[in-house]
This record gives sequence, structure tokens and C-alpha cells, in this order.
Amino acid sequence: MSFEKFLFYVFAGMTIFAAAMVVTRRNPVHSVLFLVLAFFNAAGLWMLAEAEFLAIVLVLVYVGAVMVLFLFVVMMLDINIEELRAGFTNYLPIGLLVAVAMMVEMIMVVGPRYFGPALYPAPTPQPADYNNTRELGMALFTDHLYAFEIAAVILLVAIIAAIGLTMRRRTGTRYQEPSKQVRVKAADRIRLVKMPSEEKG
Amino acid sequence: MIALSDYLVVGAVLFAIAVAGVFINRKNVIVLLMCIELMLLAVNINFVAFSHFLGDTAGQVFVFFILTVAAAEAAIGLAILVVLFRSRGTINVDDLDVLKG
Repeated sequence: MSFEKFLFYVFAGMTIFAAAMVVTRRNPVHSVLFLVLAFFNAAGLWMLAEAEFLAIVLVLVYVGAVMVLFLFVVMMLDINIEELRAGFTNYLPIGLLVAVAMMVEMIMVVGPRYFGPALYPAPTPQPADYNNTRELGMALFTDHLYAFEIAAVILLVAIIAAIGLTMRRRTGTRYQEPSKQVRVKAADRIRLVKMPSEEKG
Repeated sequence: MIALSDYLVVGAVLFAIAVAGVFINRKNVIVLLMCIELMLLAVNINFVAFSHFLGDTAGQVFVFFILTVAAAEAAIGLAILVVLFRSRGTINVDDLDVLKG
């Protein structure tokens, strides 16, 4: 067994183990942390498949941003775990049944019989000066430029949606309104009242 | 050497685990979102493997876009979750029946 094959089994095994932990842990915080482990090992798998740029992006963007967002939300919400866990064992048999059936079916289709080494021989490894980021960039900014711009718009929409959903004006809190402060005139501040002088009596 | 089918089997197993997770954690919205992330990861592994074995970068470009859309989806999903928790005080799927669907 070559060293690459050994690495593949380590990464694949850890990914599947972490995924199984994600769906079975009682505490959502543990689930998120195991999901981070799964993403790290998947990044290792992608590295073995010579997709270096995407492997790094997975760690930086996914683990660094999206998973931290998940962690924030999980820790911020005060949820009753016991209530959410009710029915876990009820749905376990049907879940396992569906999952095992799907897994067997998919492995029958994608297994070594149709996608084995005889039909899809391993490509020759790229030379040491091969630059995956450059290749990906060439494809992205020529053939897929419109899709790239649409992706940018999708991210913008996501920003606006997330802010618009979560921002709220609290009633009862005192805050300054700069526009009102700028527009104020002297007449608004002082009111001169004419009244007759008092008689000394 | 590592065969294409090895990657595809890993993807299939990962996807099946995620589907099982949707079934057994069907009350907890956060874990449901995490299961969706796992499914997307399984699909991405398949894309990367095919890209590698067919010698075509288009598969990696697809993964790039899937990552983008998944990040947007996670951000909006979590924002909805926070708003939901603020107004209802729970994230139990069974309690989210205001639409009477």
C-alpha cells in the first residue's frame, strides 16, 4: 500500500467518523466541532486529488467563517437540548433504513465495477511547478466569468438579507439622531414668552 | 493508487450519513442545517474527484460556486434561525406551525 493510499484511508475514515459524530451527538456545540473536523479531513482528500486551492478555501472560508458563524449561533441561542432530542430513538430505525438503502444503491452505481481503476486510470501527477490556483483562475475569469459575477451578486444579496433580517430597532432605548441634530435651529431651542410684569402687592 | 471509485464511495457514504442525520435530528433546526452542509460536502468531493480523474478544471469551478452559494445559504439560514428564536423562543420544528401548513 502506497503512502498516498494510506493517507487517503486516514482522511476518508476520519471524515466519515466525524460526519457520524455530527449527526449523533447530543450537544450541538460538539456537532459543530465535529463538522469542523470533517471539513478539515475533506480538505485533505481534496489536496490528494490535486485541488489545492479549493482545499485551502475550504479551510479558510468554511472552517474559518461559516463554521464560526454556526458556533456563534449555537452558543448564543439558549435551547433546551432534551426537548429537541425527544424522538431521537423513534426515528433512528427509519433513518438508518433509508440511509443504508441509499448507501447500498449508490455504492452499487459508483463502485469499482463502473468507476474502478481499470476504467478510470489514475492521471499522471502534475509537475512540481504546476499552479492549481492559476489554472482555476484562468477557467474562472474566461469561460465562467458571468457565473462568477452572478456569484458576487448572490453574496451581496446574502449580506443584505442577513442584515435586513436580524437588524431591529429597539423601542424604549434612547439614541441620538444626527440628522435632527444638524437640522435644529435656534428657534427650536428657545421660546420667548411675552407676559405682563407682576405688580408688587 | 487511489481509484475514482474510492472518492465516489466516500461521497456516497457521507451523503447517506447526512440523510440519516436529517431523519434522526428532525426537531433541531441547527443540526438540520449542518446535515445540509454535509450533503454539499459529499457532492463537492464527487466534483473534485471527477475533475481530477477527467483532467478538467470545470469541476473545480463548480465546487467554487457551490461553496459560494452554500456560504450565502448558511448566512441567511442562520439569520432566519436567530429571528425565529427571538420571536418564538424555540427552534423546535414542531413548534413552528404559525403558517398552519
